[in-house]
Formats: sequence, C-alpha cells, structure tokens
Amino acid sequence: MQVRFKIYRFDPDLDQEPAYRSYSVSAMPEERILDCLNRIKWEQDGTLAYRMSCAHGVCGSDGMRINGVCALACQKLVRDYADSEEIMLEPLPFFQVRKDLIVDMDDFFARVDSMRPYFIAASPPPEKEYPQSVEAHKKQEDVIRCILCACCTGACPVMRENPDYVGPAALVWAYRYLYDSRDGQTGQRLERLNEPNSVWPCVNHFECTRVCPKEIPVTKSINEMKREIKKQIPESAK
Amino acid sequence: MVFKHDALIIGSGLAGLRAATELAGKVDVALFSKVYPTRSHSGAAQGGIAAALGNEEPDSWEWHMFDTVKGGDYLTDQNIAEILSKDAIRAVYELEHLGVPFNRTPEGKIAQRNFGGHTRDFGKAPVKRACYAADRSGRVMMDTLYFEAVKKGIKIYPEFSVMDLIVKDGRVAGLVAYELATGEVHAFRSRAVLIATGGYGKLFKVTSNAHANTGDGLYLAYKAGIALEDMEFVQFHPTGIQGLGVLISEAARGEGGILRNREGERFMERYAPTIKDLAPRDMVSRAIYTEIREGRGINGEDYVHLDLTHLGEKKLAEKLSDISSFVRIYLGLNPVTDLIPIQPTCHYMMGGIPANLHGQVTDAGNNPVPGLYAAGECSCLSLHGANRLGCNSLLDLVVFGRRAGMQMLDDLGRLPWTELPADAEKETTDLIKRLKENRNGERAAGIRRSLQELMMFDCGVFRTASGLEKALRGIKDLEARAANLRVDSTGTRYNTDLIETVELLHMLPLAEAIVASALSRTESRGAHWREDYPERNDETWLKHSLVSKENGRVSISFKPVTITRFEPKPRAY
Repeated sequence: MQVRFKIYRFDPDLDQEPAYRSYSVSAMPEERILDCLNRIKWEQDGTLAYRMSCAHGVCGSDGMRINGVCALACQKLVRDYADSEEIMLEPLPFFQVRKDLIVDMDDFFARVDSMRPYFIAASPPPEKEYPQSVEAHKKQEDVIRCILCACCTGACPVMRENPDYVGPAALVWAYRYLYDSRDGQTGQRLERLNEPNSVWPCVNHFECTRVCPKEIPVTKSINEMKREIKKQIPESAK
Repeated sequence: MVFKHDALIIGSGLAGLRAATELAGKVDVALFSKVYPTRSHSGAAQGGIAAALGNEEPDSWEWHMFDTVKGGDYLTDQNIAEILSKDAIRAVYELEHLGVPFNRTPEGKIAQRNFGGHTRDFGKAPVKRACYAADRSGRVMMDTLYFEAVKKGIKIYPEFSVMDLIVKDGRVAGLVAYELATGEVHAFRSRAVLIATGGYGKLFKVTSNAHANTGDGLYLAYKAGIALEDMEFVQFHPTGIQGLGVLISEAARGEGGILRNREGERFMERYAPTIKDLAPRDMVSRAIYTEIREGRGINGEDYVHLDLTHLGEKKLAEKLSDISSFVRIYLGLNPVTDLIPIQPTCHYMMGGIPANLHGQVTDAGNNPVPGLYAAGECSCLSLHGANRLGCNSLLDLVVFGRRAGMQMLDDLGRLPWTELPADAEKETTDLIKRLKENRNGERAAGIRRSLQELMMFDCGVFRTASGLEKALRGIKDLEARAANLRVDSTGTRYNTDLIETVELLHMLPLAEAIVASALSRTESRGAHWREDYPERNDETWLKHSLVSKENGRVSISFKPVTITRFEPKPRAY
C-alpha cells in the first residue's frame, strides 16, 4: 500500500523557518514508521535527518511526534495509523530543533544528571552482593525500563509553562535510586526532590504515562515521591 | 582544530565505558560515540551475564571455563577463557556494588537462570549461571556505567564519528573525527587509543543488530594494516522474530521455552539429547534450518515456533517482559497464548581485531602495537572461539574492558606523544568533498542492500565454496559501484546521509575479509559450517585465521590456539 507522510523540515543554517514536506512510500501494514522514514531517506530524499539505532524500542534514539503524539518511530507500525490519510512526523515538542526531527538532547541529559542518577552506597561493599529482598527489587522493576527517549518530557504540558521543571524522565531516574534499598542517600535525594522545580510542578496531566513507550507508570511514581516527601519532611513545600 | 587527550576511547558501549571508568581521574581520558552514549548496542543485550556464583545451585569457574571452550568448538584460547571464568565472579559483584539492579533469590542474593551451553560438571546437565535483570540486563548495566562515567566527569564527545586512526611509525598518534552536529572534521592527538566499537551485524540482511553496528573501528584497524582474526565466525542467534530479526532472548529458553516444528515436535531433542533447547546457538540455528530444509518449517515456510505458552503470564511478565512486548508490538501476538514465529538472525561476531589478554592490539608477529588497544565485540581475544555462549558477551565487556583500561593506565607511564602529520585530516576531508561533489553517482542504499542480501544468502549459517566464491565476486562488483557513490545531502548539520555512505565504505572490505576467511577454512567448526567440508578437522584447522589486505590483495595467515586444560574432543550436547 502507499502511505503518505507529512514531515517537519528545518535546517537552521539554510531555512528562514520550518516547513512541512509531503512524501509517499509503499509499505506493508506491519512495517515500522522507522522503516518508512528509512525508505524516504534512502530512496527519495537523503537530506531528511532523524536519529535511529536499534530499531526495536531499546536504545531510545527515535522519539518524535507522530500524528501529534510523542512515540518511538521504531515502535509504531503503519497499521497503527490505518485511519490517517497522512501521517504527520514532527520533532519532540519543547525541545530545540537541531535539524528536521533531530532535537537538542544535551539539556535533557543535564536534567537527568541533576538528579544524581547513580548509586551511592550506605556502607562499604560486602565481600559478595549487597543483600536485597525480592520485594525491594520489585520496587525498581518498572522504572528501570526507562530508555531515556524523552517522549515523556516532550509530552509534558508543564514543561511548556515552566521550562525550569526538571521533567518526568529525570524524576523516573530519581525514583530509581530513591527506592533502591541499597542506596544510602535517601535523605539527600528527598531534599533534592523537594526543591521547587523537582516533583512539585507536576499536576497530574498523565501525558507522560500515556506516551511512555516502555509503559512506566511515571505520574504514579512522581505522586509516590510527593507522598514520601510529605511523610519524611513534614515542613515540605506543599 | 587539534584536540589533545592522554587516552581516547572509541565507542561508549559497555567495554568502552568500563575502560573509561578505570582511567577516569588518573589520566585525561575522552570517550567518542557516534550516537548518544546511552544508545549504544550493549543496551540491547537481554538475557544476562554469566558467573559461577553458585547462588541457585553448585557451580564452579572450571565448569564455566570448560563450557566456554567447548561452546567455542575448541578454537577458544584457554588461557583467556580461564581469566574470564575466574574473574567473572568479581566482575558481577563489582557491577552489583555499582548498583546494577539484578533480580534476586528469596534469600536476597543475585538470582541466576539457565542459558544455552552453560552446564554443571563438564556437560552433565544445564546449570543456573546467568545473572540477570529481567530481560534488559545489558541496558541496566550500560546505564549504570554510563552514569558512573557522568559522576566521574569523563569527557564525552557524543555524535562524533571516528573517520581515521593515525598510526605513525608503528605507533598511535591520534585520530580524526567528524562532528555530526556541525559537519566539522577534528584531529585528536593521543598517546593511547582503545577501539571498542562493537559488532557489525549490519553486514547481513536479517540481524538483531542496530543500524549503528557497521564495524567502523574494525575497518580503521584493518586499514591501518592490522590483520583481522577469525573473521569467518559469525554467530546467528536462533530466535529472531521472523522477518524482522529482532532478538527474542535465549532467556526465553533458559526459563523453559521450547522450539517446535510444523508437527509441534520438540525437535531439539533429536539434535542435542542432553540439553535440548539449551544447546549452543550455532547448533540450534543449524537445527532450525535443517528442519526448514526438510520441510518441517511452519506451513513449509522458513520459520519455526518458539513456544512460551506453558510458562504462564506471571513468569513472562516478571522475567521476560521486554520480549513479550516485542511480540505484542511487532507480531500482534500474545506470548501467553500464541506460538512465536522465529528464524535465526545475525547476532554476534566472534572474530575481530586481534588483542592479547591485556587488550593490547597485536600485529602479524603477535607483538603489541604501541598505544593501540581493543575490547568488546570488535576485538578478538580468541575468547569465544568458533561460537560464543550466551551471557559470555556482557561478561567479556566488563572483564576485558577493565583489563584494557588497566593496561592503558600502566602503559601511559611510558608512552610518548607522537606528532600528528600536518595533513592528518586530509584523507577524511577529501573523501567528504568527493562524495558531496559527485552529482551523478549512485546512492549508498542500493549497494548496501545488495551487500546485506549477498552476505545472508552466500555467507550465512550454511556455506559452500561456490557460494563463497560467488559472494567474493559480488563484493568486487559492489566495490566497483561504490567508487562512484554520491550523497543527496551536501549540508553540514546532521548530515546522516554522508555518514551512512561512509559507513558503507567501511562495510565492504569487512565483508570481503569475512568471505575470504570463510573460503579459506575448509572444515566445519562452531558457527562456520561448510557443507562441502562438514567435519571438524583438528589436524589441519585447529588454528586461528588472520586476514590482511595489502595493495588490494587479500591474504590469509594463521596462528596457533592456546590449549591448557581441555584437549579437543568431539562436541556433542
């Protein structure tokens, strides 16, 4: 079948402003949107730029807006858009566009880094493993699915109103270490989370949860951290 | 502009990251990645990392070593396998101490499960040796080490493609890299360079590998005159999603999954009566193709079924959730109730840049090249021999990534700075200019597709002299066409068109090296199966191949296998 695409194009070096260009490719219903993009680029227009690598939803390179919804191009199939006359591809909202569907990720990674997403042990390592119960491990099971694709952050309405908000992905990483039973920084991590632009700007739009390609309960995790702060820091911000 | 760092690491997967964290804070180290570091392909490893912790049942490093050697069909250098299996235990605890979220036993220890080719008591029965975090073991290990690198403040150059390795008078002087965001070409001076660029499954049509896996680092070494080792050994993983090649982890069979042919028969019982579906990957892939050839593929077609329906919803959700979601997304099937159509998919390269047990790249005389190191899938320490066992790859990355980092640190005490030639970038800038200025040539995509098809059909699981000769002729034709490549995009910002075209130029000589090595080896061993020579021949072929190219001519030489504890025996499971 022929599939029609309308793709956001912008090269800040060459173009005054962004424009949309239309393409038509032949594709099977079970093919990925990424397969179509590749066909466009490889056979019709090599100037089209987007990121990709693993092509099966593990590396997190190809987050973009597909028909208005943030998603991975390698995880969505042509048949998912059977009702659309034309499939619209745009860069992740909120992010600065570097070229076409490629956005600046430096700021996104800096936000994640600001949550100190690494293990800081409570005690020197034992000879073997730090003991951890099956239940304690389970607490991390959902959030360790995060692949840093930034779909959640692109989809979050709060990001647009408050660009200083650290964003949902950074909070997923904060959760991952806050609830690691082996970590020794719970107090400091809660203090960080209690800062004005950490958990508190979230007002439960649930867009992050809706778009997460790895089905992480992002909003629920943020709310859980809010409750934890209220419990542990009685004089907390809200 | 010329940049300068004591040590440069090309590739930010697990091997590169592990080496970098060893060097951080002690010398000035920088890490290059042609993607964002967290996109590296180590993150796609699903099943786990092998170590004889004995958390679930008795195990020993000697059994692990034996399995690695037998799994490699005795081409494995046994001194290397011994280091791996002994150091595995320390390496896994080290990862745990960095916070890797391994699954747990009811006693709170690291949980372990079965994996292909891993046995107790020298082959008697499967053993639970694979430590895992559900089916995203590679991703959580890589993320942990990536943020460890961030914590240590390691300089990272993201989206920089390394285009040239500068070796002067037999010693490393630095490298040349292309900055994707700006299109600028930069020279980097350095005293020590580690190549850790991973695999190159993209040479094949059906692969579990990422688009980025084009073998750039391997090509750079080959071009610099390093002979590549054991290139004929290409692993096909038995369970790729039909058509797509997306990996369904061996953990699916480790947790009890069963392969079935069109009659519903558990056919692996006939091929490997002792460990059945948990036989090594080369054997299972051949068994699948044999079933297909004999008409027992599903509906007579080129795939069989992976049956997970008896594992139950809970186990699939807790231990195999990523692969369950792949099956739902890409096939529209539910692994709880549906059989999964699978076929072998190109997965891992046993061969690569020859390196010794310290990660030092070695020349034809087996001497270290000063300042040059390799680790991970792009390297060949002769650890995996003719076929790698599942869960030995992540282990290889952290064990030998660390060792390479330690050796670099040690060598940096002695390694001098070498002056970069004044025109270090010229070859790269000339190439870019040529590609951009050619308005009448051919696009890369068509040549790349032909190469991938040719490699798949004539240099895949089953090989013959006539097929390999045909492949060699085909590659020659494609190389001739590639002399007239053009790019659509002449811009400087994120010119991925240009980089993909350069990558094709890297892939062609590597394909030739694989096929020439495969043609030379007139025996069947591990993943290299010659239908015209179906027996293993230890008398003639218990040796490593080395392929090199000089003045356009490919030649093959050999070096001996190190045997310490286990004399070669027939390989049955």
